[in-house]
Amino acid sequence: MSETQATKEAPADVTPEPTEAESAAVEVDAPITDAEATSHADDSAGASAERDVVVTARNVCIEYEVDPIVKAVRNVDLTIYRGEILGLAGESGCGKTTLAYGINRLLKAPALMTDGTVTFHDKDGDDIDVLALEGDDLRAFRWDKVSMVFQGAMNSLNPVIKIRKQLFDVFTTHRPGMTKVEMEGRARELLSLVGVDPDRVNSYPHELSGGMRQRVMIAMALALEPQLMIMDEPTTALDVVVQRGIIREIMRLREIFGFAVIFITHDLPMLLEISDRVAVMKEGKIVERGTSQEIYTNAQHEYTKKLLSSFPSLTGERGAFVRGGEDQ
Amino acid sequence: MSDVATTTSVPPADPAEVDKGKDETRRVRRPVNGKFIIGATMLSLIVLFAIFGPIIAEFDPRNSNNPVLVPPDSTHWLGTTSLGYDMFSQMATGARTSLMVGIVAGLIAVTLSILFGVIAGYVGGLTDEILTLVIGVMLVIPGLPLTIVISSLVPGRSGLLVAVILGITGWAGAAVVLRSQAQSLRNRDYVSASRIAGEKPLRVIGVEILPNLLPLLTGQFLFGVIFAILGEAGLSYLGLGPTGSISWGTILNEAQAGGALTRGAWWWFVPPGIAVALVGCSLALINFAIDEVINPKLRSAPLEARRVRKAKAAARAQKRADRAAKRQEAKA
Amino acid sequence: MTDTPQSDSTQDKKSGTLEFRNVVKEYRVRGAHKTLRAVNDVSFTLEPGKTIALVGESGSGKSTIAKTILQLERPTSGEVLIDGRAVPKRGPALKRYRKDVQMVFQDPFASLNPFHTIAHHLERPLRIHKAVEPGQTVDERVIELLERVNLEPAKDIAKRRPHELSGGQRQRVAIARALAPGSRFLIADEPVSMLDVSIRLGVLNLLARLQREENLGVLYITHDLATARHFSDEIMVMYRGDVVERGPSDEVILNPQHEYTKTLLQAAPDPDRLGQMRDEVRASLTDSGT
Repeated sequence: MSETQATKEAPADVTPEPTEAESAAVEVDAPITDAEATSHADDSAGASAERDVVVTARNVCIEYEVDPIVKAVRNVDLTIYRGEILGLAGESGCGKTTLAYGINRLLKAPALMTDGTVTFHDKDGDDIDVLALEGDDLRAFRWDKVSMVFQGAMNSLNPVIKIRKQLFDVFTTHRPGMTKVEMEGRARELLSLVGVDPDRVNSYPHELSGGMRQRVMIAMALALEPQLMIMDEPTTALDVVVQRGIIREIMRLREIFGFAVIFITHDLPMLLEISDRVAVMKEGKIVERGTSQEIYTNAQHEYTKKLLSSFPSLTGERGAFVRGGEDQ
Repeated sequence: MSDVATTTSVPPADPAEVDKGKDETRRVRRPVNGKFIIGATMLSLIVLFAIFGPIIAEFDPRNSNNPVLVPPDSTHWLGTTSLGYDMFSQMATGARTSLMVGIVAGLIAVTLSILFGVIAGYVGGLTDEILTLVIGVMLVIPGLPLTIVISSLVPGRSGLLVAVILGITGWAGAAVVLRSQAQSLRNRDYVSASRIAGEKPLRVIGVEILPNLLPLLTGQFLFGVIFAILGEAGLSYLGLGPTGSISWGTILNEAQAGGALTRGAWWWFVPPGIAVALVGCSLALINFAIDEVINPKLRSAPLEARRVRKAKAAARAQKRADRAAKRQEAKA
Repeated sequence: MTDTPQSDSTQDKKSGTLEFRNVVKEYRVRGAHKTLRAVNDVSFTLEPGKTIALVGESGSGKSTIAKTILQLERPTSGEVLIDGRAVPKRGPALKRYRKDVQMVFQDPFASLNPFHTIAHHLERPLRIHKAVEPGQTVDERVIELLERVNLEPAKDIAKRRPHELSGGQRQRVAIARALAPGSRFLIADEPVSMLDVSIRLGVLNLLARLQREENLGVLYITHDLATARHFSDEIMVMYRGDVVERGPSDEVILNPQHEYTKTLLQAAPDPDRLGQMRDEVRASLTDSGT
C-alpha cells in the first residue's frame, strides 16, 4: 500500500530500484541507477512531473517452476503512462511475453510471479492491486481495463461462428445490460473503427484475410474501451504492407481513445518508428530504456547497439554489412 | 584477405547464440515412469511364467489321471479340472500359446498398417485412394464376426493360424492413424530436404519417416497384442479358438462347458481370467508410459502444478516474514 | 547405380547457368472450376558467383519458384534448364542435377530430422553423391564441413541431435548440408527470417563468404528489402505471381519504378521516420475533426 503511494508521488520509473531486495532502505524516488540498466533522463516531449500513470509494476520477478528453475523476468520495474505507446523489444526467450502476461495476470503453470507488485491506476482515481484480484473481479479487470492482442490472435477466432456472435459474446459477458440493438450498433461501430466493412458482422472468420481477422481481434480488444492494450507481436505473422496498415490503425485509435499500448516485438526499427518510449529486454532484465529518439541516436547498452546494428539500413550506405563484394 | 575479414565478422563464439545453445543442449531428462515400472514388472513376471512354468510343472497338462475338481493344494497348486487336468500345468502351457498369439498377431497388424497407412500417406494420389479404400473396407467390416466366420471355415486351426486371422482383421484402425501422420510428415521440410539430397522414396520412408513414427508404432503394437490376446480368449470361449492346443481362452471355454461356475470350482476360471486381465493391464500401463514420453505435457503438467503450489506457499510465507520484519524496523 | 565418378559437374564448376524459362505454375482450386496462377511466365538466369534476390509477400509465388527449381513441383508450362539442357525428370540424371542444386530452408527447426544426428544429415548427401575427395573418409569430410560453417567443436556437434542446437546453429548445419554434395547453385528460402535478429547477420555473412569461396549462384528468397539490397546483385520483385520489377539491387531500392515496389518500400520499418506516423495520424485527425 505505502509503496503505491510513493510511486504515485514520484512516477520516475526511469530510475529503477536497485535489483536486490533492500527496497525498504532505499526510497523509490532516490535517483539510484541500476547497475545493470542504462537509463536516459525522462525528457520526452511534453513530459511533466504529474504525467498520468496507468500501470506501475515494481520489482516483478517471474519464474518457471521447472527443473532447474528458470528466472524468466528478474526484478523488472515498468511504468506505463496514460496514452503512450511503450515498445518492449527483445529476442525470443528474453521474457518480454512472460512479463506482459504477468502484468495481465495471465500466467499459467509452471510460470509463477514470485515477487513484485502491479498496480493499475484507474481513470476514476482508484488504485487496483492487480495481484490481489480474484474470480469475477479479475475477469472484469482483464477485458475492461486491460485487453490483449497476441500474435496468433487472428487464429483464435472460432471459424464456424459469425463475427457478430463473437463480438456479442464480449458484450454479454461484460455488459449484461446491453440490448440486442445496442450490441448490433456497437459491433458495427467497432468494425468500422478498425477499418473493416461493418457488414462483415455477417461473415465467418474463414472468409476474412489474416489482416482482416487481426483487425477484428483489435476491435474486440477495443470493445470495452480499455485503458491499456497489450499487443504481443500482433503483426509478426502478417505481410509488411498489411502490418503497416494495422499499426497506423492502432495509432489512430490511440489518439481517439487515449489508451496506452505495450507493444512487444523483436522488430526494433518498427518499434523505434512508432513508440514513444522503448525498453530493451535481455535475459529477463530491462537493460536499457528511454524515448525512441534516445535509443535510436544514443544507445548506451552493448546489447541495444547490437540489436540496432542487426538491421541494415534500407536506403543508407552499403556499409560494412554483408558481402564486401566491392573491395574484393 | 577478405576471407579473413568475413570470418572475423562471424565470431563463432557469438555470445547470444552460445548461451542459447547451452540452454538447449541440456538433454531432456526422462524420469523413469512409475507406470512403466509397474507395467514392465507385471509383464516380465507373466513372460517368465510362460517360459519357466511348463518346466516347473510336475504334471502333463493333458494328463487326466488326477483326482477330479480338487481345490488348490500342495500337489495341485491351482487345483484340477473336471477332467482331472492339473490347472497349473494348463495355465503355464496356455500362457505360451496366448502370448505367442498376441505377439504374432500384433506384429502382423503393425506390419500391415505400416504397409497400407504409411505408403498411402506418403505416396498420395491414386495409390493413396486405392489403399485408403482397402483400409476403409477393412474398417467397416466388423472384426469379431469376420474372425468368427474365418475361424469356423477353417478346420484344424493351429494357434499360429488364429494369430494370423486376428492380425489380418485388426490393423485398419492403426493404418488410418498412420496414414494421417505420414501425410503430415511428408510435408515436413526435413523430408523435402532428403528428397532434394537425392534419397530414394523407400529410404525416405524407412529412414526419415518411420523412426519418427516409432513411439506411435510401439503403442499400436502393444494395443494390437492386447486386442489379439483378448480376441483369442473370446474366440476360444466361443469354441472357435486353436484346436488341439491349450490357451487361457480354451481353459475358460472348457470351464464354461464343464459348469465350473455352478459347481463352485473358482480355481478353474479365475486364474485364466486374471492372467488375461493382467496382460492387458500391463501392456496398457506401458502404453500410457510411452504416451507420456511422446507428449511431455501429459507428464509434466501435474508435476509443474505441484511445484507452483509449493513455490506460491513459500513466497507467501516469505512475504509474511518480510512484512513482520518491516514492522519491527518501523517500530525501532 | 550408374553414378560412376563421371558426374562431370566438378569440371565446369565455375561456369554454367541455371535458367528458369517462361515458367507458369497453376494450381487447381478445390471445389471451384478455377485455377490459381501462382507463377506467371517468370524467367531468370542464375549465374555462378551472382545472387538474385526474389522479394515479395506471402502468396506472391516465391516459394513455388523454389519448389519448381528443386523439382518438388512440376511447372504447368515453361522449363528449368541447367547448363542449357532441360532438367531431367527422374533417375540417375535427376540425381546428378540434385548434386548441383541445393536448398536452405526457412525453418531450421523443421528442416532437420529430430531423430537423426547432425552427422547423419551431412553424411547422406556425401554418400549419395560420392562427394568425398580421394583419400578422405566421410567422417573427415563431415567435420570439415561443420568447421567451414563455424560450428566448433565440430566433433562434438556432429554427434548431437538437432534439438540440442540453437536455431542459428541448426541453420548453419542446414547450410553445410546444402554445400555437402559440392553444389553449384543454392536456393535460400528466407534463410534467416526464423532466427533471432542478433544472429541473422552472422548467418547471412556466412552465406556470403561461402558463396564467394565456392563461386555459387544464389537465389535469395526474402520479404526483407534491406537484406535483399545488401546481399544481392539483382532484385526481382514479385507480386501475385508476376515479376513486376527487376534490376540491379541499388537501382530497385533507391529508384523504384513500379507502384508495388514503392508500396513495399514505404511499408518497411525505418527508424529514420521516427515519430512521423504519429504526427501524420494526428494531423489527419485534426483535419477531419475541424
